[in-house]
Amino acid sequence: MKKIPNNRAWFLVLPVFVTVAFSAIIPLMTVVNYSVQDIFGPYNRVFVGTEFFEMVLQDRDLHEALQRQLLFSFWVLLIEVPLGIAIALALPVRGWLASLCLVLIALPLLIPWNVVGTIWQIFARPDIGLAGVAVNRLGIHYNYTAEPFDAWLTVLVMDVWHWTPLVALLCYAGLRAIPDAFYQAARIDGASAWAVFRYIQLPKLRGVLMIAVLLRFMDSFMIYTEPFVLTGGGPGNSTTFLSQFLTTLAVGRFDLGPAAAFSIIYFLIILLFCWIFYTVIENLGRAPR
Amino acid sequence: MRKRSLALIVYFLFILLPIYWMVNMSLKTNDQILVGFSLLPENPTLTNYVEIFTNPAWYSGYINSIIYVCINTVLSVLVALPAAYAFSRYRFIGDKHMFFWLLTNRMAPPAVFLLPFFQLYSTIGLFDTHLAVALAHMLFNVPLAVWILEGFMSGVPREIDETAYLDGYTFPRFFVRVFLPLIRSGIGVTAFFCFMFSWVELLLARTLTTVDAKPIAATMTRTVSAAGMDWGVLAAAGVLTIVPGALVIWFVRNYIAKGFALGRV
Repeated sequence: MKKIPNNRAWFLVLPVFVTVAFSAIIPLMTVVNYSVQDIFGPYNRVFVGTEFFEMVLQDRDLHEALQRQLLFSFWVLLIEVPLGIAIALALPVRGWLASLCLVLIALPLLIPWNVVGTIWQIFARPDIGLAGVAVNRLGIHYNYTAEPFDAWLTVLVMDVWHWTPLVALLCYAGLRAIPDAFYQAARIDGASAWAVFRYIQLPKLRGVLMIAVLLRFMDSFMIYTEPFVLTGGGPGNSTTFLSQFLTTLAVGRFDLGPAAAFSIIYFLIILLFCWIFYTVIENLGRAPR
Repeated sequence: MRKRSLALIVYFLFILLPIYWMVNMSLKTNDQILVGFSLLPENPTLTNYVEIFTNPAWYSGYINSIIYVCINTVLSVLVALPAAYAFSRYRFIGDKHMFFWLLTNRMAPPAVFLLPFFQLYSTIGLFDTHLAVALAHMLFNVPLAVWILEGFMSGVPREIDETAYLDGYTFPRFFVRVFLPLIRSGIGVTAFFCFMFSWVELLLARTLTTVDAKPIAATMTRTVSAAGMDWGVLAAAGVLTIVPGALVIWFVRNYIAKGFALGRV
């Protein structure tokens, strides 16, 4: 649809701008303030410039947390996006069964995040949890409270459980929007199932996949509540992801300056990756034409 | 076809088993939980649920959560409606930047922003009210609402607007009488997503409240740390947090797929 140029439309956007800016800009400016000043009291503060930024960038623990975080987000995207597409393709198309499937699949999304942590904390316990007991009975030694790798794996499986439905719902919606004519044309050409997927469904899913990848990246990169409840960042530091590290810095040690400097860097990292994903996915779809 | 249904069944088992396990635990007493491992509760008991429904410390958490989630949903949809209309119909200075800026509000890591939020809402005297949490949650719900509604509105042909103006409708009258009924399902889906994201959020809600507006999610974490692990009650509380969301999704189940399909695909 062609849009009419009309700057008075700003008046319609104004309520959104005001409400969001109220909650966004003032806290953001405060954080910027923290990051460049050392604050001793209400009237006693020293401008320190980029000192906190340099300090944070040289922190070894932070580098390790960043690596863990990148690895985690990488696996989250690698597992959840293809799995979500596959589920969306397999879901029934119409009838009461389709409705039921949609409701069931959306259940994990509706559970408060700390409850998600609690569920998995119970479910994976090697003494009283169904998954923990079952895996141990199979002869595999598994204990997420003691083994770093098991803990990491549990957090990953929990995230797959929690968020794959979002990708699946988005892709399901995208698939329903493809007109039947495309499939009929493919049938006349005698296209294989793979060809239908590669040349009809996947290109048409580009829009929803973009949203899914961006949302999943942002949220997995800022994951906090679930691993905090499940493992508390341990054992050792094996599941201490970036936001957990940040919280320890800000609340635990009350180092507001470095913490604020770090949140700004954190925010910029997310922005950078989102921009990369955005550009890459935009161009992927455009190139063959 | 058979392989496909089998894979689906496995996936649904994967989704439902953790939830089943929580329901199972909520029907046991603490001793039964810790003593042994059993697939079904042997003597199902409702004491955990009775505890939640009779203890104000527990059930007020649900009431608080539901109040601020509802305020948030209503406000988010109300401010997002005109904005989404503007984005779907007009081109104006900075419209693309504005759209992207809205999205960036989802990208801020919460840990450090909590303190400024706390200061901001204390300063304006809203601390520990339902309105404070509702306003804070609008930060990430309004962008989402604008995005979904814009998709729906772009699906309505502009000829309808123009015909209405020719018939002598003013803009507010046209918007309420003609346009809103056309995108009813879109509003339903948007409301569902606002409800969902506000319902599951914990950090902001916990920071901005102490007693009067304390959400159920915060009640759960604090009770755990105070009284050791009362697994049974904890599981029962968890089960009850799923119920409101499940009810809402049942009402909008037929529109959810359409929610993303229109316009933006």
